[in-house]
Amino acid sequence: MNVQSDPPMRELSYAEAIREAMDIALGEDERVVLMGEDIGVYGGAFGVTGDLAEKYGSDRVMDTPISELGGAGVAVGAALTGLRPIYEFQFSDFATLAMEQIVNQAAKLRYMLGGAVSVPVVLRLPAGSGTGAAAQHSQSLEAWTGHVPGLKVVQPATPKDAKGLLLAALDDPDPVLIYEHKLLYKMKGAVPEGRYKTPIGRAEIVRSGRHLTIVATSVMVHKALQSAETLAAEGIDAEVIDLRTIRPMDRETVLASVRKTGRLICVYEAVKTLGVGAEVSAMVAESDAFDFLEAPIMRLGGAECPIPYNPELEKAAVPQIPDIIAAARALAQGRI
Amino acid sequence: MPNDAAHNTPYLLRRYSTEALKEALRKMYLIRKFEEGAEDSYMRGLIHGTMHLSIGQEASAVGSCMSLTDEDKITSTHRGHGHCVAKGADLSKMFAEFFGKETGYCRGRGGSMHIADPSKGNLGANGIVGGGLPIAVGAALSAKRLRTGSITVCFFGDGANNEGAFHEALNMAKVWMLPVVFVCENNKYGMSMSVERSTAVSDIADRAAAYAMPGVTVDGNDFAAVVEAVDGAVDRARRGEGPSLVENVTYRWRGHSKSDRNRYRTKQEIADWQARDPILAMGRFLMEHRVLSADEIEALEAEAATTIREAIEFAAAAPSPDQAEVTRDVYSDGAAA
Repeated sequence: MNVQSDPPMRELSYAEAIREAMDIALGEDERVVLMGEDIGVYGGAFGVTGDLAEKYGSDRVMDTPISELGGAGVAVGAALTGLRPIYEFQFSDFATLAMEQIVNQAAKLRYMLGGAVSVPVVLRLPAGSGTGAAAQHSQSLEAWTGHVPGLKVVQPATPKDAKGLLLAALDDPDPVLIYEHKLLYKMKGAVPEGRYKTPIGRAEIVRSGRHLTIVATSVMVHKALQSAETLAAEGIDAEVIDLRTIRPMDRETVLASVRKTGRLICVYEAVKTLGVGAEVSAMVAESDAFDFLEAPIMRLGGAECPIPYNPELEKAAVPQIPDIIAAARALAQGRI
Repeated sequence: MPNDAAHNTPYLLRRYSTEALKEALRKMYLIRKFEEGAEDSYMRGLIHGTMHLSIGQEASAVGSCMSLTDEDKITSTHRGHGHCVAKGADLSKMFAEFFGKETGYCRGRGGSMHIADPSKGNLGANGIVGGGLPIAVGAALSAKRLRTGSITVCFFGDGANNEGAFHEALNMAKVWMLPVVFVCENNKYGMSMSVERSTAVSDIADRAAAYAMPGVTVDGNDFAAVVEAVDGAVDRARRGEGPSLVENVTYRWRGHSKSDRNRYRTKQEIADWQARDPILAMGRFLMEHRVLSADEIEALEAEAATTIREAIEFAAAAPSPDQAEVTRDVYSDGAAA
C-alpha cells in the first residue's frame, strides 16, 4: 500500500514544473518577485514564466532592461534588504556579464560582513547546447560558479526536481544558481502537486546497478539512463547517479556507489577539463573508495572547443549515448 | 522670527537644530581622527593590508547622511570609513574590524574595505568600484515593494561613473522610479587618472540627463551646500518622485592607498585643497552664525580625539578570530551558534 501522505502526481513539462514552483512562491509570499528580460508579457524566451505576469502583475513579474550586471545586482540588493527575488538570465551565457555581482557580491557579502547579512537570491540560468544557437548561447559554465564558496549550484534533470529545487532555493538563505538545461524544458515527467522541496546538496540514485557507476548531471542523466538500458541487455548493470547539486556536492552517495561497483564514469556536457568530472574523480581518489576501484576513472565531457553551429558538429561536441555505451563497455571489460 | 529674516537664514540653520549641527561637526572630527588614527596604526605596524583614507572628504560623507534615519540605507565604497561614521557606526567596532579582530563589525573577515552596520542601515563598503550601485537600486526596490518608506543613498566615486554598473543602475532606478539618491564623491582622481582624462563630460552630474533625473554639482567641501543638495534629492525620493544624482566635488588629501607616491598631482594642488579644509570651514560657518563658540568646537575636537584613542585601545586589546572558524559564515547553515 502506498503511504497515504504522498501527494498526487501529474505529468508536467520541466518548464511547467518551474512555472508551478514560481506560481506557488508568488502566491504564498509577498516578498517573492521575478525579474528578467522578457519574462513579462512575452512569457520568457523559453516560455517558462508564461502567464505569471498576467496573474501577478508587472510589479511582481518584472521585465528588466537588457542589463544583466545591473539586473542581477538589483536582485542581490533586493535580497539583501528583504525581498526574495528570482532573477532569470535569458541564457546562462549572459551571466558572464553579471559575474561581478554573482561572484564578488552575492557569494561574499555574508562572509565579508561576518555573518551579519544573508543574500537569499535565486538565479535561474538556461544552459546547454542542442538548440542550434551556437557558441554564445549554448555553454555549460556551471563549474565557474561551482568554484565559488558562498554560492550553491544545482542542475535539475527532471521536472520533479526542477520544481523541488526551485522551492528549496527560495527557502534557502544563501544565493542559489539553478542551471536549467534548455533541451529539458519540454520534457514531461511526474510532478507532485503542491509544495515540496528537493534537498540541495543531495544526489539521487536514479538507477541501481552492480557493475559500474555513472555519475551524470542535467541532460546527461537521461542519456546515461538510456545507455544503461542498452548495457543491461549486454549484461552490464550500470548504476546511474543524478548529481543534482554540484556545490555542495553529495560526497557520500557517490562514494558509497563506487565502493559497491568499483568502476566510475562521470558524464557531463561542460568542457571536460577542470570541471565537475575532475571534482568527482578527485573526491573518489582522495577517499577510501579509491581502494575499491577495479579500473581507472573515466570522464566523458564536452570537446575542447566552443559549441559549433552545424548540427552534426554540435552533437559531436558533447557526449552522446554511443559514447557512454562505448566507455561503459571498455570499463567493464575483464569483469563481464 | 519674521518671514523675511527666515528667508535670509541659511537652509542648514532653518532645517537643523543646534544639537544636530553639533553632532554633524562631531562626526566630521571623528572621521578625521579615525583616518589619522588608522594611518598611524599602519605606520606602527598594528594592521596589515591597505587602506583608503577619506581625509578632506568629511563634509560629503556627513552632509549626505544628514537627513537619513536608521531605516534608510546607504551603500558605500572602498573609501568608506567616513560613510560608516556618518551613518552612526560604533568607532570601537570599526577599529576592531580594521585590526582584524573578532569583535569587529565583520568579525575580522572584512577589514577596511567591507565595514558594514546593517542595524544602522549601512549595507557596507565595497571593494569593487561600482559594486554598490546596483545593490543600492535593489535596496530601493525592496523599500518600494515592502512600503517601508525608507530611501537609499548610494555613495560612489568619480571612477565608478565610467563603469557599466553606474549606467545600468541609474537607468533602472529611473525606469522604476525608485527612492534612491546617487551621491558621486568626485575627488578628482580614480587612483591616478584624473576626471579630465577619464571622463567625457566635465560635470559628472550632467550624466543624470541621460537618465532623465535631476543632477546637480556642488562644492563637496561646503557642508551646507552638500546638505541642501542631498536633502532635496532625499525629499524627492521620499515623495515618490524617483532618483537623483548629486555630485560632491571634493579632494582626498592622502594618496589613493598606501602604495601611492602622488606622482600624478602636484604638492601645490594638494596644498590648495588643504587650505579649503571642510571641517574648518564648517566650524567657521557655525561660529559666524553663533551656533557654536570656538571653545565648544575645540572641545568637540578634543572629545573626538579621545574617542578614537579609546577605540584604538579597545581594538588592540580585542581577541583575534579563531583559526578553526575560517570557513564560518560562508553559508548560513555554517554559522556557529
